[in-house]
Amino acid sequence: MDWTWFHKFGSPPHVYRLAGTLTPWFAWPAGILIIAALYGGLVLAPPDYQQGDGFRIIYVHAPSAWLSTMVYAVMASAAAVGLIWRMKVAHAVAASCAGVGASFTAASLVTGMLWGEPMWGTWWVWDPRLVAQLVLLFLFLGYIGLRSAIDDLGRADRASAVLAIVGVVNLPIIRYSVEWWNSIHQTPSVMKMDRPSMPMDMLAPLLMMLLGFTLFFVAVLLVRLRAEVLRRERGAAWVKEVVS
Amino acid sequence: MIGAALAVLARDLRLALRRPGQVLQPLAFFAVVTVLFPLGYTPELDKLRQIAPGVLWVAALLASLLSLESLFREDAQDGTLEQILLAGQPLAALALAKTAAHWLLTGLPLTLMAPMLGIALGVPASAMPGILSSLALGTVTLSLVGAVGAALTLGVRRGGVLLGLLTLPLTVPTLVFGARATELAIAGEGPSGALYLLAALAVLAVTLAPLAVAAALRIGSE
Amino acid sequence: MFAGLRFAVSAGLCLQVVGDNGAGKTTLLRTLAGLLEPDEGEVRWNGQRVETRSLEFQREFVYLGHQPPLKDDLTGRENLRFGLALRGTAPAGDAGRAIDAALAEVGATALGDRLVRSLSTGQRRRIALAALRLTAARIWLLDEPVTNLDAAGQAVVASMVASQLDAGGIVVAATHQDLGLAPARCPQLVLGRRA
Repeated sequence: MDWTWFHKFGSPPHVYRLAGTLTPWFAWPAGILIIAALYGGLVLAPPDYQQGDGFRIIYVHAPSAWLSTMVYAVMASAAAVGLIWRMKVAHAVAASCAGVGASFTAASLVTGMLWGEPMWGTWWVWDPRLVAQLVLLFLFLGYIGLRSAIDDLGRADRASAVLAIVGVVNLPIIRYSVEWWNSIHQTPSVMKMDRPSMPMDMLAPLLMMLLGFTLFFVAVLLVRLRAEVLRRERGAAWVKEVVS
Repeated sequence: MIGAALAVLARDLRLALRRPGQVLQPLAFFAVVTVLFPLGYTPELDKLRQIAPGVLWVAALLASLLSLESLFREDAQDGTLEQILLAGQPLAALALAKTAAHWLLTGLPLTLMAPMLGIALGVPASAMPGILSSLALGTVTLSLVGAVGAALTLGVRRGGVLLGLLTLPLTVPTLVFGARATELAIAGEGPSGALYLLAALAVLAVTLAPLAVAAALRIGSE
Repeated sequence: MFAGLRFAVSAGLCLQVVGDNGAGKTTLLRTLAGLLEPDEGEVRWNGQRVETRSLEFQREFVYLGHQPPLKDDLTGRENLRFGLALRGTAPAGDAGRAIDAALAEVGATALGDRLVRSLSTGQRRRIALAALRLTAARIWLLDEPVTNLDAAGQAVVASMVASQLDAGGIVVAATHQDLGLAPARCPQLVLGRRA
């Protein structure tokens, strides 16, 4: 048992209960927003003048890609807090992020490939965004691998925290190098989402989806955090009470 | 502090001289991997010249990675790593000294060997200065980034595979800029733009990586 | 591992840590050395917390684990020279002479120029003791210092510990063997039993 947690930022049971209380406040709006955005994106929005209905995958692809980076940033920030202020609950947050982040990254890769097939006629093109997402997936997998390879929880927390911080420093450099590499080799890219001309009936569902995915991430993070706290505190008296 | 760092550097170089086989292994690996490409692809020098940048850089990357696994492991096993941690010296400086020794024993010889292997891949002599300078700069970053991975995987089961998974994604920028510099050098164009980027990476790595290595070593020796 | 431990050691005193295997003797020494952080509680030296120790402060401590921290492919003398340079210890006068004196004190003069690889476990321990003598540290943290040593080697440890205490140092040693000190100078700390 570690009591520094108590001294500093509230007890594990407190975190457990707080996360439980907060979960519905994120889960319900996330569900409503995502359903509304799906209706708006798949039914109400007109087909794209170039891509037809194929563009509609953007409503899953773009939020996944956006969240994959955001989750890495959240994970690295939580890891840094855990490392610097020795806050165990922050390490638990970082640990809970990794799987979600890897899933979002994988989702963005798969949807990117699905999008690519009708556009380029092939499942994989060395598009800089896809390559960057692939490297990000490896970073997540490395983080998960390091965590699972170290038996001692405290060591695993701190070593993986160092890795997450190293990764977050490198991420912009990797992105830049991949863009630079692409500018030389001139691969085709249709995944430009910075078109200023996107009409409002296409854009509004996308923004709703971004917000919906973000809230969904927070809800999932809270649920996973509860599980993580229980796992770490197994054997403690309060866990036995909660479980029974 | 400088005395202690130099002592670490000198010690690692002396140890390497007493066991030259360990120094030669990554170099032989570099040569073998490079030689496999003509056998697996084509002996035509015109075609090999086109893939030479990628082959040289990926082979150098893997050779460097291979030698990193033992960077801290032996010191951890014989207990001298603990003495280094407890020496009352800035640990980042000592970590930088160990990494410098690794570069002198791996990165530098790999760089010096590259022209020979380049010839086997049909690279013209005029490209050699560009290849030498790009590898010299790039291997500095590889040693430092790899040292972070080696420190993090210290004492971990099947650390070698994990070391690759942790380190290789972080070496993407070095690979991109290094291979591009080599490509430009082979094409007879000035590689200086890519070399500047490699130099910037090396400076960043020299500044930040030792701090991460020091933190990882402290965690790993708990 | 252990909890509810509270003790203080003053200058000129030794603390002998005893306890069953797995009671946490090594963990305690590594915590005192600063290699491990206590889950709870703290270590203080002259009122300063060990966790926040400065570099100068760190040099007051030396930790000798049960394995002699030596490089197999260096000679004893090279190992000692590295130890001096690593800690930045400037011995009075010539470094070579200081190393000779330390080797003579532990009875290992003849071993100094041999590769550590060729030495027996007990001989390695003697070289490690010479390295200990060469540090200017005031606090010695010794894990099983007399294991693998013959009677003469054990006497060397006892006299080194005594002279360190005479010079106002502190020795914390995890060992079951008698260090040949008066009980008043070397109280015992028993781990693993509720007092």
